[in-house]
Order: sequence, then C-alpha cells, then structure tokens
Amino acid sequence: MIREFGFPELLFVLEGARWTILLSALAFVCGGALGLAVALARTARSRELRWGATVYIQIFQGTPLLIQLFFVFFGLPLLGLQLNVWLAVTIGLALHASGYLGEIWRGGIQAVPAGQVEAARALGLGYRSVMIDVVLPQALRISLPATVGFLVNLVKGTALAALLGLTEATRAGQLMSNITFEPLRVYSAVGLVYFAICLPLTLWSARLERRLLRRG
Amino acid sequence: MEQSAAPAIRLEHVSKWFGKLKVLQDVDLTVNRGEHIVLCGPSGSGKSTLIRCINRLEEVQEGRILVDGVELRGDGRNAEDIRRHVGMVFQQFNLFPHMTALENCMLAPRRIHRIGKDEARARAMGHLERVHLADHAQKYPAQLSGGQQQRVAIARALCMNPDILLFDEPTSALDPEMVKEVLDTMVELADAGITMICVTHEMGFARAVAHRVIFMDRGEILESAPPEEFFSAPPARTRPDLPRPDPQPLRGASP
Repeated sequence: MIREFGFPELLFVLEGARWTILLSALAFVCGGALGLAVALARTARSRELRWGATVYIQIFQGTPLLIQLFFVFFGLPLLGLQLNVWLAVTIGLALHASGYLGEIWRGGIQAVPAGQVEAARALGLGYRSVMIDVVLPQALRISLPATVGFLVNLVKGTALAALLGLTEATRAGQLMSNITFEPLRVYSAVGLVYFAICLPLTLWSARLERRLLRRG
Repeated sequence: MEQSAAPAIRLEHVSKWFGKLKVLQDVDLTVNRGEHIVLCGPSGSGKSTLIRCINRLEEVQEGRILVDGVELRGDGRNAEDIRRHVGMVFQQFNLFPHMTALENCMLAPRRIHRIGKDEARARAMGHLERVHLADHAQKYPAQLSGGQQQRVAIARALCMNPDILLFDEPTSALDPEMVKEVLDTMVELADAGITMICVTHEMGFARAVAHRVIFMDRGEILESAPPEEFFSAPPARTRPDLPRPDPQPLRGASP
C-alpha cells in the first residue's frame, strides 16, 4: 500500500529530528569534555602527552566519520562490550567531536598571549588556576565561532547514524520515502529540518564572530 | 648595608644560555632588604632575563639563586612558593582582559591566600586606592589608558603583599604623557620601603629612588654604583674593547 506524504508522515520525520537533536547535544557535551582534556594534553609540558594527543587528533581528523562509527559499533562488541546502537553512535560521535574540538581549543589556548600565562604564574598561581581562571576563558572566547561551526557539522554528521539503523531524522526520512515513493518531497522535508536546526547556530556563530571582531 | 638576616635576593655565579647563546655570564648579585636597584643596559644585554630568573619565569643552567635565603630548586618545585613573595610588573601590563581591574587584583589572593570575597575586595580596593585608581575598579583593562593599566598591574602585584617587586621595563610601552604617573606610583612604593629591582631606561627615576644602579652588557654586570657615583664616574659602559652595535640608550641621561 502506498501512502501519501501527509501530516502523520511529517510528524514521523520530526520525531526522528528529536533524536537528531538529542544525539548532537550528547555528542557535543561528552565530546566537549573529552576534547578539553585533549586540548590540555596537546598544550601540556609533557612531551608524551602532547604526542599522544596529536596522534589522537590525527586519527579522528584523518578518517571518515562513518568509519569511526562502524569501528565503535562493530569493534567494541569484539572487546566484549555489548552496546545498543544508541550508545555506540553516541560514543562514536563523541570521540569524533573530541578530536575536532580538542584541536580547535588547542588553537584557542595557544592564541592566548604568552604574557597572560606569565603574569598568572608570576602571581604564584598554579596550573589549575592559570588554566581555569586565566587561559581557558580567553581561549574559549577566541574559539567560539569555530566551535559553533563544528557543532553545525556535528548535527549534520548525525545523519550517518541512519546507516547503523538508528531512526533519527534521516533514517525516518528513508522509512517515509520507502512507503510513500515520494523521495523528493520527503527528503526536502528532511533537509529543511536540518536547516532549521543549523541555521540558528550559524547565525549565532556569525553574530559572535562580529562581536569578537569589534572587540579585537 | 650588611644585615644579619639573609639578603632579599642573592645570585651566585648565575649563567644562562638560550640555545647556544650565553645570555647571562657568571652573574653575582646581592640585593638587601629594602634596597632599590635600577638595572640598565642596551637591549639584549640580559637585564630582563636576569630578573625573570629571580621568579623563575626563566630557568638558569648554572649557579644559585636565593630569595629570602631560600634557594630556587633546579626542578622548579618551589617556584610557586617563591613567586608568592615576589611581585612582577611587565612591560606589556599583562592584565587579564576578561576581568575588571578589581577582579584582576582579587584573583591571586583568593586562590592562593584563600581569603574570602569581601576581604579580597577590601584588600584590592586598598591597593587600587594606593595607585589612585579606586574610581576605575569596575572597568575592564580595554577601558583604561596604558598608564592606568600599568598602575592596576602594580596594584595586582601588591595585593599578594610581596616582599620584593620586580619591574620589567614598566614604562617602555607607554605614551610619554603616561610615563610620569607610573613612575610617580613607583616612587611612592619605593618610599614605602619595599625591595625593588627595576629594569628601566628612566634615569631620572634611578636618580630619585635607586640605592644602586647596575649596568649590564652582554649578560655581564659591568658596573654597580650608587646613582651619584654612577652618573659622574667615567663610565665602564663605554669600554673600548666592547664594540657596540646599537647606540647607547643612556646618552643624554648623564649630566
């Protein structure tokens, strides 16, 4: 039976979009926490830490996101970790995000003038306080546009979860396309959903960038 | 001015290299408590490096540095302890741009002395008052002139109640009309009796407050004398055996 692409079908896609947003948010938060650790390791005094973080970043920037997701989904069960597809995709996206955010924030940390660190250290502040009070607030401000830019990519990247059978917006679109035989209408709707999520982020990023330029 | 207690700062046979370049050559220096030293010399002579070694923003490869009788450890483990007694004021101010003048002054006492917000604020306001900037406490560095920023930086250093203050060319980045307000603040500090080492080309300041003026070139201390002697004696700093690529910045300062 062929169905029309009507309101219930659109609702199904929107239902999927809810998971897209949730997946993006989870991956961004978890990936952000891990990414901060990567950025700190990348700028650490210890050569081993720096080297380890560099390799980590290269791996996630040098391989396709889809392969990374496959790797987590099919690889971790081999290690005896039984994951449902949600957890696997969240972990995969978070690892991916940590590599990119780590590198973006590394750049931000290094863009903070050396005099700032010297002044903080000269006051007797330890590494923790130098980072938390002085360097990171400035580094994150510098990195904000790039960070939001990456978040937009991450939202679109969650579409790959469809290939692992997870019913987010794109997979929901596939299902609806299969029963309505109206791929153009369905995927236009799916595209609009992504656009509606990403546009506010892009606008926000552009506004931040303008504000930073004014201040600089 | 020999005292029974340990001198404020003591450098013994300190040498330092940047790569292959030797920037400090076997420097010996004793600074007594309450003494005001002005360090001068051509650029690249090692004077900034020398004071940056005292709070271990730079490492030395040879020799010993003692601050209040405590030796700076080679591995830097006690650097933080020593920095808490040694304030530093930089050429580029280096105020934290995301904090107000007041917050700049409150940060270190809160984190290190672990005092409460109210006490930190009171202390910070006291020192901002001292540098005549209490009215600007709520402003961000970008809203302040260079001279005001440098005075905030001085107040920030004072908030840690340091025994020693190091000044690294504190007026070199300032417009001429702002130099005086910063120097005046420094003179007031000197009158209060704090130990000071100041890298500067301001010879008027040296005359007014220095107990000793030290001249460095190529990582060596070539001359060390009270200002009246320093500015009248035939200068060792024009020794003919030292070819001098850049013009002597002290010319015109001598009477």
